[in-house]
Amino acid sequence: MAEQEKATRAQVADVDRSLYDFVKPEVGYERFADGLNEEVVRAISAKKDEPDWMLDLRLRSLDIYHKMDMAPNWGPSIDGLDMDNISTYVSSGAEQAASWDEVPEDIKDTFERLGIPQAERSYLAGVGAQYDSELVYHNMQESAAQMGVVYSGIEEALHGEYEGLIHDHFMHLVPPTDHKFAALHGAVWSGGSFVYVPKGVKVEFPLQSYFRLNAKGAGQFEHTLIIVEDGADLHFIEGCSAPKYNVANLHAGCVELFVGKGAHLRYSTIENWSKNMYNLNTKRARVEEDGRMEWVSGSFGSHVSYLYPSTLLVGARSSCEYTGITFAGAGQDLDTGCKMVLTAPDTRISVSAKSLSKGGGKSTFRSEVIVGEKAERAKATVSCASLMLDDQSRSDTIPAMDVRCPSASVGHEATIGRISDDTIAYLMSRGMTEAEARTVVVNGFANPVSKELPMEYAVEMNNLIKLEMEGAIG
Amino acid sequence: MPDELLAIHGLNAGTEEKPILHDIDLTLGTGETHVLMGPNGAGKSTLGRVIMGDPAYQVSSGTIAFDGRDITQESSDKRSLAGVFLSYQAPVEIPGVPLNSFLRTIVQKRPELKMTGREFRRRLKEVASQLDFDSSYLSRELNVGFSGGEKKKVEMMQLLLLKPKLAILDETDSGLDVDALSVVSRGMEAYRAECDGTLLIITHNTRILERLDVDRCHVMVKGHLVAEGDSSLVGEIDREGFGRFETAEAELAGEEA
Repeated sequence: MAEQEKATRAQVADVDRSLYDFVKPEVGYERFADGLNEEVVRAISAKKDEPDWMLDLRLRSLDIYHKMDMAPNWGPSIDGLDMDNISTYVSSGAEQAASWDEVPEDIKDTFERLGIPQAERSYLAGVGAQYDSELVYHNMQESAAQMGVVYSGIEEALHGEYEGLIHDHFMHLVPPTDHKFAALHGAVWSGGSFVYVPKGVKVEFPLQSYFRLNAKGAGQFEHTLIIVEDGADLHFIEGCSAPKYNVANLHAGCVELFVGKGAHLRYSTIENWSKNMYNLNTKRARVEEDGRMEWVSGSFGSHVSYLYPSTLLVGARSSCEYTGITFAGAGQDLDTGCKMVLTAPDTRISVSAKSLSKGGGKSTFRSEVIVGEKAERAKATVSCASLMLDDQSRSDTIPAMDVRCPSASVGHEATIGRISDDTIAYLMSRGMTEAEARTVVVNGFANPVSKELPMEYAVEMNNLIKLEMEGAIG
Repeated sequence: MPDELLAIHGLNAGTEEKPILHDIDLTLGTGETHVLMGPNGAGKSTLGRVIMGDPAYQVSSGTIAFDGRDITQESSDKRSLAGVFLSYQAPVEIPGVPLNSFLRTIVQKRPELKMTGREFRRRLKEVASQLDFDSSYLSRELNVGFSGGEKKKVEMMQLLLLKPKLAILDETDSGLDVDALSVVSRGMEAYRAECDGTLLIITHNTRILERLDVDRCHVMVKGHLVAEGDSSLVGEIDREGFGRFETAEAELAGEEA
C-alpha cells in the first residue's frame, strides 16, 4: 500500500529524448568492418586521399593505441564497450553539399527534425552537419566569408591553402599519447569542422556544427579545429545526438581551440547522445595574452561520459570561464567537469557547474585546477552545486587544486542537496501541483546555465528538464 | 451569523511520529477575523499547516470543510486554488527563480485573476508600493538573501495579489521584529479593505492586533483548544499570560486519562 502511494507521487521525468530517437535505414551505405587494425586505418586514409603526414599520424596513433591499457583506473566503467564490435567508419556516400536541397532526403529530414536548417536561417552565420562519419552539409554566410573567415569541413581544408596551418595545429593540443581514446581518435578520425578567424575579425553571429550518429554499433570520431587569431571574436556552437540502440555506440571526438592575443572564443555545447553511447570526448583550448575563453556545456545524454574541457592559459592576463550542467537519469553515469592550467601571471578562471541526478543516475563533477609557479596573482574560483532528485541517485564532487604560486588566490565551494519537503510544501500552498513545484525548483537550479545558452538551446534545455506526474492521472 | 467559511470538526492530526492536535473544533464565518493564541509549542502553526494541507502532517480523524466542501483529503494546491492562503513564518528561498516570474506564475494559476502582462505589472507595482517593497527586488531570486522584513513583504504581496477567501497568517515569532510587524499590519488592513476576506491570525503577540477588529479569540495549549472568547480575551492574555489556560488543559488531560 505504502509502495503504491509512493508511486503516485510526482517525479521528475526522464529527459525526453523522443525528439532525437528516430532511426533512418542505412541503404547502400559504406560501412567498414567492426574492429580496429592497420587495414581499417589505411582504408580510411585512402578514402580521404589525404597528405602522407596525416597517414603517418594515423599509423603512429594506432601504434600508441595498441600499447595503452584499455580501461582507465578511475571514473565510470566502460566494460560494455568492445572495440571489436564498433565500426569506425560509416558513410551514406552523400557528397558534402552547400545547399540543403542537395542533401539526400532522409538525411535532410533528420536535420530538419533537429531544427538545424531553421536555426541557420534565423540566427547563425554558418552551419556544418555531419551524419555518421562524413559531413553532408557545410555552408557559411557570404558576409563572414568576405571578412576572410573560413568555416569548412576539416578534410576539405586539408586539400587547400590551410594544409600547413592544420599540419601545425592538428593534435598538437591533444596529442595521441594523451590517453587511449585520443590515440584511437588519431587513428580513425573522420569529419569535423575547421574554423579560421583572421586577426581582428569579429564574427557577429555564431557558427554551428551538428553531429548526428545514425548508425548502429558505430563510432563517431570528428575533429574540430578552431583558430581565432589575435583580437578576433567567435561564438561556436556544437550539438550532437543519436537514436537509441541496444548495442554500444562510441563517440571519441576531439576539439582543439587556439585563442590568440586579446581574442575571444565562446564554445557552447548541448550534448544529447542516446543512452547506449560511450561519450569519451576530448576538448582543449590554448589561450594567449589577454585572450578569453568561455565554455558553456550541457550534458544530458550518453550511457557513460568522460568529458572535461581543458584550458591552458599560457598568456598573461588571459582568462577562462566554464559554465556547465549535467543531468544523469536512469542508467547514466556521467563524469564531467573541466581542467584549467594557469601558467602565466594575472590569469583568471571561474568555474560554475551544476549537476542533477535522478532515477538511480550518477553524476560526478570532476575538476582540476593547476596554478603554476609563474602564475603570479592568478585567481581561480570553482563552484559546483548538485541536486539529487530522489534517494536512488548519486552525486559526487571531486575538485582537485594544485597551487604552486604563493600569490595566487583560489576558492572553491560545493553544495550537494535534495529538493526539500518544505520547498515543495511552500510552492504547493501557492497553487502549484507537486510536479509543477519540482519543475520550478529544477529550472531555477539550471537557470544560471540556461541563460548562458543561445535562446533556442535554452528552450530545448528547459524542454529536456520536463517534469510530469507518474501514475497520478485522474 | 454569517456563512461558515471554514468548519473543523473533531480534528486529530500530527506527524508520522507523534500526534499534535487533539479534538479540534473551530468555525470561522465569512468576513470574520479570528485570533489563535497560545504558548510556544502549543501546535498553533501546525493547525495552520494542517488547514493548508501540508503533506508533512496527517489527519487521523475529523474533517475540515472549506466553503461548504470537505477538503480533508485534498492536496495543498487544490486548497490554495479554492481560496486558502497561509502566510509562512519562515518562507523558503528558491535560487534561480525570479520573484516577479514566480508571482506571475501563481497568479496565472487562477482563472478568476486573469490579467494581461501589462495589467499584472501595474498591479504588482501597486502592491509593492503599498508595502514599501523595493521594486528592484522584484527581479531578484525568490527570497534569496532577503531580510526577515523583506520575506514578510513577499508573503503579504502574495496575499494582496491572490485575494484568497481565507488568509491564515502565521506570525508566531514576528513579535520580535518591529518592521515585520508593521508590514503584516498593513498587509492585513489592505486585505480586509480590498478583499473583505476572512482572517485567522496565529500569534502570541497582541501588538499585531492593535489596529484590527477581532471577532473571536481561541486559545491553544498542548494541541487542545481550551478557550474561546471575544476580543476581551486578547486583553486578558496580554495582562495575565496563559497560566489559567494551562491549568485548564492539565485538568482536561487529566479527565481524558
